[in-house]
Amino acid sequence: MPSQLARKLAAHEFVITAEVAPPRGCDLTAFLHSAAYVAPYADAVNVTDNQGANMRMSPLAAAAVLVREGIEPIMQLTCRDRNRLALQSDLLGAASLGVHNILALTGDGIGCGDHRQGRSVFDLDSVQLLQTITAMNAGYDMNGAVLTGATAFFAGAAAAPEVEPFGVTLPKLGKKVASGARYFQTQAVFNPDKLLAFSDAVTPYGVQVIAGILVLKSARMAEFINQHIPGLRIPSAVIERLRGAAHPAEEGIEIAMEMARHCRGICSGIHIMSMGRDEVVPRIAAAVRGEKLNN
Amino acid sequence: MIVSTQKPLEQIVSALDGGSRVFIIGCSKCATVCKSGGEEEVFRMQEALADAGKEITGTIVIDEICHMLRTGRDLRSRQEQVNQADFLLVLSCGAGIQSVAEVSEKKVVAGTDSKFLGNIRRFGQFEQRCSLCGDCRLNETGGVCPVTVCAKGLLNGPCGGMVDGACEVDADNRCAWVTIYERLELQARVGTLSRITPARDFIHEAHPGNLKLGK
Repeated sequence: MPSQLARKLAAHEFVITAEVAPPRGCDLTAFLHSAAYVAPYADAVNVTDNQGANMRMSPLAAAAVLVREGIEPIMQLTCRDRNRLALQSDLLGAASLGVHNILALTGDGIGCGDHRQGRSVFDLDSVQLLQTITAMNAGYDMNGAVLTGATAFFAGAAAAPEVEPFGVTLPKLGKKVASGARYFQTQAVFNPDKLLAFSDAVTPYGVQVIAGILVLKSARMAEFINQHIPGLRIPSAVIERLRGAAHPAEEGIEIAMEMARHCRGICSGIHIMSMGRDEVVPRIAAAVRGEKLNN
Repeated sequence: MIVSTQKPLEQIVSALDGGSRVFIIGCSKCATVCKSGGEEEVFRMQEALADAGKEITGTIVIDEICHMLRTGRDLRSRQEQVNQADFLLVLSCGAGIQSVAEVSEKKVVAGTDSKFLGNIRRFGQFEQRCSLCGDCRLNETGGVCPVTVCAKGLLNGPCGGMVDGACEVDADNRCAWVTIYERLELQARVGTLSRITPARDFIHEAHPGNLKLGK
């Protein structure tokens, strides 16, 4: 398995992943700067796929550039913008360019992004995409035709531990694991008890959990997210804590670090969503690794 | 039934540019129920176009305009009025508009936009429940269609955008998979949701559709 992330999870090392967004444009300077900044603190870096249905550079190209730079990417791949031919050809391209971690996602609805008039695809769903990845790892395309060169992907999937009604999501989570998901990268979590309950519910499937840690800057930002970002609900207690803080941006990091420390005892790793504040990544990484930062 | 809505009057008038005489055609079935092309709407359109300076050579509301032979027969019964017209303005679904185009060489103007195959909730309120995908899976989903009612048409369960049972795409709509789950739970059939549904075979949706009974 060429994925370092896979090796660390298999060895039960607590993993940290970060996230970078490809640019809207072909200048990779800021993207590479950001990736190089967070990479030393992360075991792998997520490259988002037209996140929030906003048009960006292809995650395949951006992830391949990270490979060239010696940074291990996790390529997010959504079903929103590609039919089954495009998904498979992008997967083959990724494998050939040394991208081995895939996070298989449905994709946010096109209506929440910047190309609302466009047609969304959803030819496959995330379960069927995971099945396809598993088939490719075995040397076949989704229709059973033999590939010249099997892939060696380490596939993950999304889950939302705090969503209600949670039970409705559980059968699909089971199907994701049965289809080849080796870990769940979760939506932002704020409640350790709910994360524990989630972990207890999915661990019997034989899957590991990387908990999403969202770093908030202010109560206003949290409220904006609640209104505009699909599938994300920040609890009112967190919003009130930010509102009452003398330095909300600092309080947001504090909230994230507390949750990240809880994760150590609950799951296999954390995924830091810094919302553009790369400088929080070293602090949160140090908090979970019990290190002191020397700056 | 096929739900359609009338295009804005300005658009219709603009489509009638280059001619002054208009024959108006409605349908007594779906377009009547959704008030886009019944007797009343045809009459109102006649008045509106007269105000816009058009001459109406005649009107007719056909019983099931999607029936091509009947549409041809009914238009022949009004041959003179049809012949006098520069345009045949059709207020029906897209199928009906094409029935008229099939049986007449006159310029046909669509006065409506066809929206969806709709169930009727109550008078004037329509909901899409079926998208005519050609491969019905309602037996597996508790009688609720995920292809149609799930905004993303997902077959294996809800997406990550569901919050408090609401759909990510339109928070006023309930997540189809929450409804499916609840129905199957009532019927003690939730276990069926653990079966993986394979990718759809879009051969069933190839168009133009064509069916000849007895062949």
